[in-house]
Amino acid sequence: MHDGVVITGIGCVSAVGLGWPALWNGLVEGRAAIGTPTRLDASGFRSKLAGQVPDFKATEYVPKSYRKAVKVMARDTELAVVAARFAVEDAGIATRGTLEGGAEGRQATYASGRMGCHIGAGLIAADSPEMAEAMSTARDEGDGLSLAAWGGGGAGAGTGMEQLTPLWLLKYLPNMLACHVTIIHGCEGPSNTITCAEASGLLCVGESTRVIQRGDADLCFSGGCESKLNPMGMLRLDLAGWTAPTGDESDGSAVIRPYDPASKGALIGEGGAILILESTDSARKRGAKVYASVAGYGGGMSDAFYTRAPDAVEGYESAVRNALDDAKMTPEQIDAIVPMASGIPALDRAEAAALRAVFGERLPTIPLVTLAPNVGLCSAGAAALQVAVAAGCLHQQRLPARLHAGSPEKGLDAGRVSARSANLQSILVCTGSMGGTNAAVVLRRAGA
Amino acid sequence: MSQRRVVITGVGWITPLGHDVDSVWARLLAGESGMGPVTRFEAATFKTNFAAEVKGFRFEDHVGADVAKEHASAGLSTRFALAAATQAWRQSGLGEMARDGRLKRRRLGVYLGAGEGSLDFENYGRTNLAGWVGDGTSGRFDARAWAAAAYRYMDPVREVEQEPNMTVSHVAGAFGCRGPSSNCMTACAASTQAVGEATEILRYGDADVMLAGGAHSMIHPLGMTGFIRLTAMSRRCDDPTHASRPFNRTRDGFVMGEGAGMLVLETLEHALSRGATPLCEIAGYGSTADAFRITDIQPDGRGAQGAMSAACRQAGIDPHKAGADGRPPVHYISAHGTGTQENDAIETAAVKGVFGELAPRVPFSSVKSMFGHLIQAAGAVELITCVKAIQTGLVPPTVNLNDPDPECDLDYVPNAARDLRDSGGVHVCLSNSFGFGGQNDTLCVRRFAE
Repeated sequence: MHDGVVITGIGCVSAVGLGWPALWNGLVEGRAAIGTPTRLDASGFRSKLAGQVPDFKATEYVPKSYRKAVKVMARDTELAVVAARFAVEDAGIATRGTLEGGAEGRQATYASGRMGCHIGAGLIAADSPEMAEAMSTARDEGDGLSLAAWGGGGAGAGTGMEQLTPLWLLKYLPNMLACHVTIIHGCEGPSNTITCAEASGLLCVGESTRVIQRGDADLCFSGGCESKLNPMGMLRLDLAGWTAPTGDESDGSAVIRPYDPASKGALIGEGGAILILESTDSARKRGAKVYASVAGYGGGMSDAFYTRAPDAVEGYESAVRNALDDAKMTPEQIDAIVPMASGIPALDRAEAAALRAVFGERLPTIPLVTLAPNVGLCSAGAAALQVAVAAGCLHQQRLPARLHAGSPEKGLDAGRVSARSANLQSILVCTGSMGGTNAAVVLRRAGA
Repeated sequence: MSQRRVVITGVGWITPLGHDVDSVWARLLAGESGMGPVTRFEAATFKTNFAAEVKGFRFEDHVGADVAKEHASAGLSTRFALAAATQAWRQSGLGEMARDGRLKRRRLGVYLGAGEGSLDFENYGRTNLAGWVGDGTSGRFDARAWAAAAYRYMDPVREVEQEPNMTVSHVAGAFGCRGPSSNCMTACAASTQAVGEATEILRYGDADVMLAGGAHSMIHPLGMTGFIRLTAMSRRCDDPTHASRPFNRTRDGFVMGEGAGMLVLETLEHALSRGATPLCEIAGYGSTADAFRITDIQPDGRGAQGAMSAACRQAGIDPHKAGADGRPPVHYISAHGTGTQENDAIETAAVKGVFGELAPRVPFSSVKSMFGHLIQAAGAVELITCVKAIQTGLVPPTVNLNDPDPECDLDYVPNAARDLRDSGGVHVCLSNSFGFGGQNDTLCVRRFAE
């Protein structure tokens, strides 16, 4: 059994940039990167703006021997693989993925069996152009698809489903993010893929923490990544009523207005974060830089099975109280909060109500760190980015700038402000989600 | 630190062999098959056109008219989950405890390995075709045309209900759960992992009661497409009931199934305090990753061995050591046993690696030979067969095993159930689940004794 868990490495990908320094510096400067995406023509969707990750080549982030495997990675998996690479470098550990082709005789920092991996993911959408092209060989006489031809029996060999590569399915399984990361870095310990929309990244940090606490691993790759910047992803979030309709605007950061009753919704972001979590003992032994420690974790469920918006605050409040109880802390000890702050009015309302229930009259004095106006709503990657930023705040003793083009509801410290120094001992990270799963983590300043 | 013990107090399932625990158990012991031609869509030209479908399922018969109405938007696999959870909840005797406050809702959670909802293939197809401008492979994708068609054809509720956390959402809503909740998707290992992690949540003290399990249906055109392209499914279209033949020399892949398995887990303390009778105890859980290749299993079965060994270790079992009665320390292993060439050979090697000389004496069968492969729901359903084996002293067979593979030379309980009541019954079982991408999970359940 291990006592404590610490965060020793951060790897991020988001519209604001690649890698942790790019994200942190961007947030401090108040940089926003939500505009017209170039990865697809979004002009036909009701919500046309998004936070797109800057161009990168995934092959440059994997060992040479693994470059071919990039071909079977969906965008979501590429993001996770890149984030994991950044995280490993930031943590200063050696894995079989970083050792390949490197100095001879160097060994991996941890034995394979002592490394776990928990990565939140979404339902990965099949590539629409690829699928549309395959289906075009199996049209029926009207505007539909002929199942007979799709099956391969109607229009001749190599048509219909046979247009898809044999490994097609393996590109789209949600656990491929964790699988590629475990293969690249040699993690043979417990590994999981959590799919609870925006709560996924926090649920993963919680599960990694428990795995290390119970002694099943010494280190975990932990976080989440997703890209809904594709036709199915954009469509589903729109049909769920989550994304803001946009017209001629070009600056997405002005559209996303957390806790503003007049906000029209979220905008899609892509990205996420992978963190390196280690037991306090093993991090100390190797002299690791520590961003923050994980003091407590809690989950809770809202009654939201009809999906649109969890109006119920009970489950959210449970998650926050459970995390505080687990940390053996009181609400008075929390110096800042990094919430979901999506800009989706119903969710923001529930989130604010839950925080008010926990923090009471003190809530207006607690700074909220909001990320959605900078990076968009990164779905399964969102909460992992929140944890990364909270850890960064504790490490830097500084709060980043906050963007807001409107006015948040009264009683919340969530409006526009510049970056500033702050005395931060403990930060709460919390989130709700589409579907009603909530999760919360309390981070403590290193050494506190 | 003394570890909290975790017990199972209720089980329920919806399977291709039926919709309640006892009648399906009887059919498994009789070696019946759940396979037949696909009826849900026109699959005649598909290279695999048969599956193990859930038949004659009426949602409201299981959950009642009110719940059925409240959850009318739920997709098929979510309906399976709600029905299975209703059975498990009834058996647990928790009744109205979550509603009337005797069980704190904040202490009641859900952890599922539920899959995504079934794709609306017809409208998905229409939308994609509208998005492809021009003829055949010389055309091009037009996202504007795609979006216009999508808004026209796709039903918002049906689309949202396909999100993979919707099953958790419905189950939590129906049973009033406000405690820690999660959903994992680790392919074919998912619901075993979900039960394992739910157990850990209880052991840690984050909840008193957890609903855990899984639900999935991939019997839709795109689901079948993916596995046909991978050549992972049997192609014995002329003989569906003999197509799933785990450990047989002539095995040619798995047969797609669907359904749900749900369990009520509790801390022992909580179960005893309310006078409940544990069905059995969850004694161990092991989880590993192969970290090898996305297409292949570690050839030495190292990951699978790691999961089984960890589950045994947690349960305080030395797999190499026979008990005082001379029997192996594990009385039954529910195999992952998909019926693919690779899985069955490597799983066999892994069991030998873990149990050494005792391996040939451990009954080790695959109910996938009768149920088919319920993908994410498989682990929970198979764990319930272990609970039944412990309760009855009977072990289900591997059917269609007439021509054993020389590489597969363990005791697969071929073709006929086995009665172990005269040899001391069934006290300890392992249930294995291995998923694409190298996810390995094993649970150990044990007859309950205070």
